Amino acid sequence: MSAFVDEDTRVVVQGITGGEGRFHTEQMVEYGTNVVAGAVPGKGGQEVDGIPVYDTVDQAVREEDADASVIFVPPAFAGDAIFEALDTDLDLAVAITEGIPTQDMAKVYKRLGEVDTRLIGPNCPGIITPGEAKLGILPGNIFEAGNVGLVSRSGTLTYQVVDSLTNRGIGQTTAIGIGGDPIIGTDFIDALDAFENDPDTDAIVMCGEIGGEDEEEAAAFIANHMDTPVAGFIAGRTAPPGKRMGHAGAIVSGSGTGTAESKINALNDAGVPVGDTPEEVADNIENLL
Amino acid sequence: MRLHEFQAKEVFADAGLPTPDAALATSVDEVVARADEIGYPVAVKAQVHVGGRGKAGGIKIASDADEAREAAESILGMDLKGYTVEKVLVEGAVDFVNELYVGVTMDRGEGKPVAMVSTKGGVNIEEVAEETPEAIAREHIDPAFGMHPYQARKAVYDAGVPSEVARDVSGVLQTLYRLWEENDASDAEINPLMITGDDEVVAADAVLNIDEDALFRHPDLAEMEDEAAGDELEAKANEYGFDYVRLDGNVGIIGNGAGLVMTTLDLVDYYGGKPANFLDIGGGAKAERVTNALDMVFSDENVDAVVFNIFGGITRGDEVAKGINTALEAFDEIPKRVVVRLAGTNAAEGREILNDELVTVEETLEGAVKRAVEYADEEADQ
Repeated sequence: MSAFVDEDTRVVVQGITGGEGRFHTEQMVEYGTNVVAGAVPGKGGQEVDGIPVYDTVDQAVREEDADASVIFVPPAFAGDAIFEALDTDLDLAVAITEGIPTQDMAKVYKRLGEVDTRLIGPNCPGIITPGEAKLGILPGNIFEAGNVGLVSRSGTLTYQVVDSLTNRGIGQTTAIGIGGDPIIGTDFIDALDAFENDPDTDAIVMCGEIGGEDEEEAAAFIANHMDTPVAGFIAGRTAPPGKRMGHAGAIVSGSGTGTAESKINALNDAGVPVGDTPEEVADNIENLL
Repeated sequence: MRLHEFQAKEVFADAGLPTPDAALATSVDEVVARADEIGYPVAVKAQVHVGGRGKAGGIKIASDADEAREAAESILGMDLKGYTVEKVLVEGAVDFVNELYVGVTMDRGEGKPVAMVSTKGGVNIEEVAEETPEAIAREHIDPAFGMHPYQARKAVYDAGVPSEVARDVSGVLQTLYRLWEENDASDAEINPLMITGDDEVVAADAVLNIDEDALFRHPDLAEMEDEAAGDELEAKANEYGFDYVRLDGNVGIIGNGAGLVMTTLDLVDYYGGKPANFLDIGGGAKAERVTNALDMVFSDENVDAVVFNIFGGITRGDEVAKGINTALEAFDEIPKRVVVRLAGTNAAEGREILNDELVTVEETLEGAVKRAVEYADEEADQ
């Protein structure tokens, strides 16, 4: 399968000349991702590892036929970089940047409703279709092609669960890190829907965390629209109200919304087993397959 | 980042919102002097970052100098939910006939700002939202256009604000939205917005929380951050650039990635321990960051044992292991036992490299957490 990316995806890296951009471009290429261009204002005409750099995303699309972008641009400029990707009519933009001001993202979110581009992130590890392509910073070597889809708000937690799966010989169709910010592009429901419609995905892992109501909404979607079985995990059961647990979005508000309990109950009510530990999530997937 | 009431009111007043005459004071004599200048009655209000100050005795009304002195003596230096009161705001008390609530916040579910108005002001608005949600009028704002004047009117009339003051209140709401946007606020609230007998509106309280991710473009607001108001260890974490939250247990926790660190906390709890903190050291694990993280956790006197959980993604496990060794070798004596769990890329090589005279090495997350809880229990029993 795959959801959203495969070996044919033609990638432009926004911010390819920065430290992160350069390093992860190398990693992506090594994994087999078809990186066709970089885009950095003022750096047009340069090359990074033989990949041509253009001043604008538009040029990268015209010259190299890019259809997806990965964004490694510092937070102050990342909102603008996402707008550039959206307005250039790419199929997909993956924003890795952490720390984008929320009001910038509100404007991006509004724009997303007006264009056809899919946004993943920001503040996310990206997306990988094992054996085909990865767009982002996920460590390729822990993944293995297979029949389980993964969607998660957290990077390293995803790796933890993937590691458990891979160690048991359970591979993955696609893994999507949707990001830990309050306002994100692709959400749980978008990802679940894509997996539901993917004939190669036989079961799904959904890793949520405290804050917001996305997990509750996803639970309702699972109950009403899905046949593919889902195993869940919710991080932050012990988080005190009012404290931001690293991710900007991971906070239980004073009024008690966003608690782990509410999310776990909603998922259980939708027939989704929620593991107490990451290993239990892998157990549950084994049972569901 | 949360501003103090007096700071928020400065921002509000600069934006043109009506606020009472007020002055900041740090001593009893100062309180009385400022109260004399402002004229009685005055409100003396503790400036600390806790909700429900009034109920906890942090706000008192004084109708003369003696009462002002009394109020100052009882509030200055008092402990308010763990915070010592060092500053009070002395403010002209408003003689009101009605109290409203107006606020602007980000509705993360909708991905849009939302303006709110309620005639049930002066009480905890979250309780109002829970018990009588229909008592709060809400209007979502298109962030690209900002608030249209009609939207402010709509919220105000929908909330049932009396028509004599509706125009002024919608003006207040428009100004509040503008300052919310200009200052990259996450929340801007006036509760209560007082209505006087002459139909004047006055912002009697002010809440302004700023998006920390946007502070880089508001150096003036960043300067208002009150280091002393927070926990000492949390201030130290700020300096080191860690995401850190102090909790009240005895198992110190260090890890990489917010979700995985939260999960480690949850597992400590699941296996019968109590987490002492949340500490995310972020990507990589260079020796210096490891040293700083250990320093943080060891500085917490509640900590009896430490679990160090790193999932090496792009960062290789052998490099992480070297960082941990270097960091621990720098200590003359390691104050508390440290359990390390390495996973991911080159994890096996990393485990080989780890100096097991300094740390206990565990292969699985579950195993590491159980071991750390066990060590913490043993240490606590001594």
